[in-house]
Amino acid sequence: MKPGHGEVLIAEGDATRAEDEQRLIEEFRRQLDAGLWAAVPVADKEGRRESIMVRSFEEIPWDADRVIFFPRAAGGR
Amino acid sequence: MLLALAATALVAIALLSDLIVPRLDDLWGRWLARRQRTPSWSYDPGRERRAEQRARTLLRSCVNDEEWAMYRDLGFLRVWGTLADGPDDAGGTGGAPYAYLIYPHRPIVAYLAQTHRLLNEYCVTFPDETRPYGSSRLPDSDDVLAKWMALTGDERRLISTANMHLPGRQLDPAQIRRDLWRLSQWERTRMRQLSDGGQGPPPAGDRKSAA
Repeated sequence: MKPGHGEVLIAEGDATRAEDEQRLIEEFRRQLDAGLWAAVPVADKEGRRESIMVRSFEEIPWDADRVIFFPRAAGGR
Repeated sequence: MLLALAATALVAIALLSDLIVPRLDDLWGRWLARRQRTPSWSYDPGRERRAEQRARTLLRSCVNDEEWAMYRDLGFLRVWGTLADGPDDAGGTGGAPYAYLIYPHRPIVAYLAQTHRLLNEYCVTFPDETRPYGSSRLPDSDDVLAKWMALTGDERRLISTANMHLPGRQLDPAQIRRDLWRLSQWERTRMRQLSDGGQGPPPAGDRKSAA
């Protein structure tokens, strides 16, 4: 998510392929180093939707089809 | 005679060069600067609208059908609280179910689900610190999605990050109660239509597009 732009595709690839995985890991770290939060939207068996906040690439569920990065939350006025 | 004049002129120029050269250099720099094209950002009135459309598509792909319909029809989302004793600083809910209302670019409101008693307002923003100029606001639907993801992903973390205020600081409690009433009516209609085999209440107009 990017202010003024909405959704922006940062990187895509097949995490089961070594070269793609390395590139995805690097991009993932770059986004987190930039101060963004990462979340993976998931659905349970009853159709309930929620998200998983992930702090490392290893925490991403193996079947996740996307990771959404968004600005870190801060206290507002 | 001519040679003497030329020599005098050279000496004069040499003596005055300390004064003249910086001035000429300055004038040259200014002339170059005037000729340099300054980058211009033409205002695109459709940019934010397109950003909001993309944000709505993303939000719709993340939440379930009921939540999407709720946001589309009512302009806010409800997220159920999962902490055993309610959100922090709310004085405890005694185990009673509670929920949050998520509005775009407004505080998150916690309330008791059964009594509709308002608990707190949680002011939270998602500023883009990397942006050196311009708006740092997410599109409305992205702001709602960010709150939804943060609440459903790590409720305690978001609540502890937010600035907590008593109800009524920014949002009119009467308006919140009206929204809760609208939500209950909306759910009733939706349940009735789903039981009749329909697809839920008809959209009450595209609120975002009309805004």
